[in-house]
Amino acid sequence: MTAARPTLKDESWRYADGAWLAQAPVEAFDHWGTVDVPPGETRHFNAFHHSGPQASGGSVHRTRIHVGAGGRYEHFEINARHVEYTRIELEVTLEEGAHFEFGGVTIGRANARQEFVTRVIHKAPNATSNQIVRAVQAGQSTSNYLGRIEVARDAQKTDAAQNFRAILLNRGASANAKPELEIFADDVKCAHGAAIGQLDQAAAYYMAARGIPPEAARKLLVQAFIADALAVIEDRRIADRMLERALEQLDGSAL
Amino acid sequence: MLEITDLHATVADKPILKGLTLTVPAGEVHAIMGPNGAGKSTLSYVLGGRPGYEVTSGSVRFTPPPFASSEVETPRATPLDFARDERGYVDLLELEPHERAAAGLFIGFQYPVEIPGVSNVQFLREALNAQRKARGEEPLSGGEFLKLAKEKAALLKLNMDMLKRPVNVGFSGGEKKRAEMVQMGILDPKFAVLDETDSGLDIDALKVVGKGINAIMRAPDKAVLLITHYQRLLDYVKPDRVHVLADGRIVQSGGPDLALRLENEGYDAVMAA
Repeated sequence: MTAARPTLKDESWRYADGAWLAQAPVEAFDHWGTVDVPPGETRHFNAFHHSGPQASGGSVHRTRIHVGAGGRYEHFEINARHVEYTRIELEVTLEEGAHFEFGGVTIGRANARQEFVTRVIHKAPNATSNQIVRAVQAGQSTSNYLGRIEVARDAQKTDAAQNFRAILLNRGASANAKPELEIFADDVKCAHGAAIGQLDQAAAYYMAARGIPPEAARKLLVQAFIADALAVIEDRRIADRMLERALEQLDGSAL
Repeated sequence: MLEITDLHATVADKPILKGLTLTVPAGEVHAIMGPNGAGKSTLSYVLGGRPGYEVTSGSVRFTPPPFASSEVETPRATPLDFARDERGYVDLLELEPHERAAAGLFIGFQYPVEIPGVSNVQFLREALNAQRKARGEEPLSGGEFLKLAKEKAALLKLNMDMLKRPVNVGFSGGEKKRAEMVQMGILDPKFAVLDETDSGLDIDALKVVGKGINAIMRAPDKAVLLITHYQRLLDYVKPDRVHVLADGRIVQSGGPDLALRLENEGYDAVMAA
């Protein structure tokens, strides 16, 4: 099968960067990585991406993940690239009793357009999934989260949750959420939520009243906000390092 | 220590403070009482520099203590090198809210704010060290800070575990007020404005908080402005002066007995007398 070039008319590409899609090499869209988690085993993936001040362009990362019965896959990824367009896409198939844990963070500035796209297929009974995405957007940047959960007919006792929250630091920043649930079983629990707002001004003032300067207060609030997405990482040194690198992106005049 | 002169302030263009004049000398506790809507909370918000509260005229002068930065031989430029007048006073209204805190001002919130994801310990250590840095002092290490926090939590009978939890999240009304006083103990301000710190406290907690205020703030170089509706906190924190705030101005001042008269006779009767 040869890949077709997606356009903004395709539902799952509706918030993408149309100009980049139109000129990118068609191979860029058909490149899938794969992860196979054997039954009963656990695999982790942790990544942090950023780009230099001169970087430009776009990229699409797509990964197909299969989690065997009773297996567990944990994926944590922070995208602080501020090139024009980045898309990180995960397609996860869960066998019986498997678990998928996802924490995604975007930190955007300038005119960056950053997307997380997940498709979680609960193929068999008793599988669980939990997805938390946090977006911190400055400048004219945009964060998109398109999260699709599919529950097959015999995937009873599925427990799936996804939650997206975005903070817009500047007036020109934006965020889009597109949750999709397709459920064919009748005994399932699926939860989704999305909220887009600004930094908590009452908390920022409370911090100032105790002597914390505005820049440090903003950093503390952003840290607390994105920490939600990394809360499940078992190795706290890795989580702390990822958080630290993310916060470095907020330093000085960076945003 | 604090001199408020003919202060006018508006909220959303509505005048709330209409010529408030008040002086609080070092070493004293002053209480402000007054009917609902008199402008008591607005006064505390204006002193704290809360966004949305606009001072239209008048002045607030404040004497911060000398800072470490001005004592060293070659003074470092710190964010707190403000212009002081010949008596050592600074113009409080010229300072940003976080600079007011570093200068020694503490505002006790009537409704303390919840900050999910930020622990009290992290919040207060960050706050204390930011203040110290602004004053040209060395930061406290993690160990030194925890020792200080434990001591102040014990003073206010607040479980140390609560300080490890996110700021005010899931705290009861009384716990929030006690946590505010623990914050005050740790930050060790020179001047505290306490806005209805007694609300939401049961009788035992009121005693603990009253004792805490005395222990932290009763000193010759410190002062307190207590904003309250009721006499009962004043049983534990004895005021040197009591002022009645009505319609945006101080309309009457007196000794501690004024608070008792207000409690017994009501604002209308006392103000009409």
